[in-house]
Amino acid sequence: MKRILVSIKRVVDYNVRVRVKPDGSGVVTDGVKMSINPFDEIAVEEALRIRERGLAEEVVVATIGPADCQQQLRTALAMGADRALHVQTEAAIEPLTAAKVLLKLVEREQPLLAILGKQAIDDDSSQTGQMLAALWNRPQATFASKVEIDGDMARVTREVDAGLETLEVDLPAVITTDLRLNEPRYVKLPDIMKAKKKPLETLDLGALGVAAVERIRLLRFEPPAQRTKGTMVKDVNELVDALRKRGLV
Amino acid sequence: MPNKILLIAEHDGARLNLATAKCVTCARSIPEAEITIAVFAADGAAVAAEAAALSGVAQVLRIDHPAHAQPLAATIAPQAAKLAVDYGYVLGPSTTFGKDLMPRIAALLDAPQLSDVMAVESATRFRRPMYAGNAIVTAEVPTGARLVATVRTASFEAAGTGGSAVISTVSVDADLPSHTRFVSLSAAKSDRPDLQTAARVISGGRALGSAENFQMLYRLADRLGAAVGASRAAVDAGYAANDMQVGQTGKIIAPELYMAFGISGAIQHLTGIKDARTIVAVNKDPEAPIFEVADIGLVGDLFQVVPELEKLLSQSQ
Ligand SMILES: Cc1cc2nc3c(=O)[nH]c(=O)nc-3n(C[C@H](O)[C@H](O)[C@H](O)COP(=O)(O)OP(=O)(O)OC[C@H]3O[C@@H](n4cnc5c(N)ncnc54)[C@H](O)[C@@H]3O)c2cc1C
Ligand SMILES: Nc1ncnc2c1ncn2[C@@H]1O[C@H](COP(=O)(O)O)[C@@H](O)[C@H]1O
Repeated sequence: MKRILVSIKRVVDYNVRVRVKPDGSGVVTDGVKMSINPFDEIAVEEALRIRERGLAEEVVVATIGPADCQQQLRTALAMGADRALHVQTEAAIEPLTAAKVLLKLVEREQPLLAILGKQAIDDDSSQTGQMLAALWNRPQATFASKVEIDGDMARVTREVDAGLETLEVDLPAVITTDLRLNEPRYVKLPDIMKAKKKPLETLDLGALGVAAVERIRLLRFEPPAQRTKGTMVKDVNELVDALRKRGLV
Repeated sequence: MPNKILLIAEHDGARLNLATAKCVTCARSIPEAEITIAVFAADGAAVAAEAAALSGVAQVLRIDHPAHAQPLAATIAPQAAKLAVDYGYVLGPSTTFGKDLMPRIAALLDAPQLSDVMAVESATRFRRPMYAGNAIVTAEVPTGARLVATVRTASFEAAGTGGSAVISTVSVDADLPSHTRFVSLSAAKSDRPDLQTAARVISGGRALGSAENFQMLYRLADRLGAAVGASRAAVDAGYAANDMQVGQTGKIIAPELYMAFGISGAIQHLTGIKDARTIVAVNKDPEAPIFEVADIGLVGDLFQVVPELEKLLSQSQ
């Protein structure tokens, strides 16, 4: 079966103003809204569109994390994914570990595409997709803003610093999504009801044969240096004066 | 024992990217640093010569191959991973080039990666931003284990020149894949300074309303010798090209002067400019969050302010 594997991460919603805990041990997550990582929502949407164009038959969504992550899997199922895999763990998962877990899922599911977000907006690592591609020994097309499937290859436009780059990759391949790839659909209430009946399988991290090793210890969290509020000027003349005084024009 | 660092050069085939000189400064702040720069190019002579002139660099390796005409991660990574066995650190810039390549190298080495390193505290302790810059984390990696990292270039000055590192040509025995092929690159041609390194940047947001209206900002930028940037909303709406986006998912910049016109100041945008020396904001909404971080703020209509500003600046010159 032609299958697409999409990985989604549960993260603090992008609208939340994240605050560092006073003791520096992390950020405040109690009572904070959690959502699918925005890039992963785009990944789900892209997979659905490829399936809707008849180029794939099944969209499988996967996540690695604690039990609460099932909410985000249900959301992805409500968007239209066919089935979900939950790799359960309470441990903090580094990108390399996530990539190793996803490789196990890839071996199991044999997808023609694995679509991930280009970065998780909590750790901002931007590593997992590239690592999965390396371990799988398959092509990677990162930061995608356009994906065209053409037989046994994909043509992917990438957002790079210089502009837009187009690559051709043989399938199977790993794609990571950028913001302009698509606009994810809204979930409708009946879809949420339907999603409750879709298959969601729970797997144990250890049983997959991957250890959650901690190689990066996060010793201390601090708030960023605050910029101080400056002065307000009342017109363009004052603005030019202020710029001159600072030697900027 | 020196800490041997392999730094992967970013270049366009002819010139070394300034990001690499910034990575050298980061690398030099690792204690006992011994820095080697690897240049993967079709013909790396010119780029290697530039790299060898950076002060603090001990050695430059040229890995010439026709397949390196385009910087494909799938091609470079297996070779870089082979070279890396002799090194304790593998560094690259946190540009789209480095973000694409470095994790692929890290996975082949089974090494952890730290992204966007903004400060080096010791050979094993580094600082990096998380949560769109809302948290700065001190991270520790095991002593003696290999580390891959990308460098947040806005946090480091470029290394100076005057060095004279030894250049040697090497070939690496690795299978180069054929599964990934470069098709094209469409880059907006511009005579303006490069957004990532410009001393002055003029930026526009959704309020500009059209690509035509952005011309107003280009004229002002040309008057000031500035680069032009944009918010995500302006890029999404098609007013500006994708490579102009500033922010968490665009470019992280640190100019002397950043002028934001009609940009509200969302956290994802601010994370891209917090190292700017002076931030100027023009917005018609006095409550716009951008004013919280602006050094100079002006409440006003950009469609009046920009032409007036251009006029005043031209009178004085
Ligand atoms: C995962 C994620 C990543 C993101 N990454 C980025 C990123 O990298 N960069 C980025 O910029 N955004 C990013 N965003 C988007 C960000 O959240 C904001 O939506 C975006 O920055 C808003 O752009 P804006 O300020 O141009 O538009 P708006 O928020 O709509 O602001 C327009 C402003 O213009 C003002 N205005 C209107 N008319 C005038 C006038 N005539 N004169 C003067 N002022 C006027 C208004 O008062 C308003 O403040 C990201 C979002 C997400 C979810
Ligand atoms: N714990 C996780 N569960 C599911 N997907 C993940 C996880 N961690 C990372 N990913 C995927 O990898 C992408 C990049 O994450 P990162 O490398 O952490 O920035 C995310 O957008 C997800 O698609």
